[in-house]
Amino acid sequence: MTVNGREVSADVEPRTLLVHFIRDHLRLTGTHVGCETGYCGACTVHVDGKAIKSCTMFAIQADGATVTTIEGLATDGQLHPVQEGFWERHGLQCGFCTPGMIMAAVALLEENDNPSESEIRHGIEGNLCRCTGYHNIVRAIEYAGATIRGDEPAPPDWEKAES
Amino acid sequence: MYPRAFDYVAPSSLDEAFGALGDDAKVMAGGMSLIPLMKMRLFSPGLVVDIGRIPGLDRVDDQGDHIEIGALVRHATTSSHDLVLANAAALATAASLTGDVQVRNQGTTCGALAHADVAADQPAAAIACGAVMIAQSSAGSREIPAAEFFVDSLTSALNPDEILTAIRIPKTGVGEGSAYDKLGRRGGHSDYAVASAAAWVKLANGSIEDARVGVTGVGTRPQLAESVGAALIGTDGSEEAIKTAAEKATDDVTLLEDLYGSEEYKAHLAKVYVARAIRQALAAV
Repeated sequence: MTVNGREVSADVEPRTLLVHFIRDHLRLTGTHVGCETGYCGACTVHVDGKAIKSCTMFAIQADGATVTTIEGLATDGQLHPVQEGFWERHGLQCGFCTPGMIMAAVALLEENDNPSESEIRHGIEGNLCRCTGYHNIVRAIEYAGATIRGDEPAPPDWEKAES
Repeated sequence: MYPRAFDYVAPSSLDEAFGALGDDAKVMAGGMSLIPLMKMRLFSPGLVVDIGRIPGLDRVDDQGDHIEIGALVRHATTSSHDLVLANAAALATAASLTGDVQVRNQGTTCGALAHADVAADQPAAAIACGAVMIAQSSAGSREIPAAEFFVDSLTSALNPDEILTAIRIPKTGVGEGSAYDKLGRRGGHSDYAVASAAAWVKLANGSIEDARVGVTGVGTRPQLAESVGAALIGTDGSEEAIKTAAEKATDDVTLLEDLYGSEEYKAHLAKVYVARAIRQALAAV
């Protein structure tokens, strides 16, 4: 398969999960394992352009596929707009859900670059965060959407005038 | 977290797949239901038959008087394909509310139906839309009506050597409408159904000529609420008629208490969601 633009190949057991292939064989540890049955989304990567939970896929199912992990988002040291949004709008605390959340957000914005708050919240339903309460994650994604559209992002909540 | 070791084949044709099936084999399409079970070691087949590389199974086809949804059609496609939106609106809605974005990218409608989870969304819609399941094996093909397909919790009417290769749904005609509504475990529409219902109605001359209602989440299996459908036929679809019919929501359903509700609560929710589904189906005509 191709991972972040690089051809890789290995012999694995059928039961090797894609997330374990990515983390243990390829040493790309940005993708995280957060739960036991595929509901938290910390393992989200893109397989053939679609956001997929890599903990609920066998590596062999991705044989021949094009895979993008969190490590593959930045180009030439330049952060992806979504990564920039999480930085500028404090979209993370512990950071454990963050790679999966960013991969889900990238897919969401590729489908719709101007989502409403409700569309964002539904679009990240497959990603759980225990720290932030999702508020700044939503703001980060709104920031990224604005950047992608070429609009001026809304100012951060903490810069808004006290009322 | 690791499944037990197993053998794996990815056949390139249905015939090859039929040949691989046997006692200890399990078909896998998207894997969204199978793989979590295997990871928790609740189910450990010796052989996984991955049908994901068989060409031609990912189609939604217009077959004249019905549409056909193939075994590899993902929930994301079912929820947005023009043919499904126009002819099986309840199923499109149910698919759009199945799991989450990532699950919908990989999971398949036929896979979800074959898995027959009591709290899944699409079985109720398949029942209400009058779907027919096409079960194929090396011995041939047979058709199973949706109302007879969900036998028990996680048990469909498929034999171990059969693959659900497609479902057929009669096209929605003039005067017909279908809808699906649910209460999800996380509140709203999110997560598995605590209680949900799908309804299909056919109106003629201002009265309900035919109706089907499917219910999931509240019982031991996804079921056709026959008494509700029967109670709607001949009525004018008024709010009173809907409420009267919805009172019969649990007449044909064997209720099952779970972490999300007592039998009493589930019975109440069934009536609420049956009424909502009927209202929305009538509005969709």
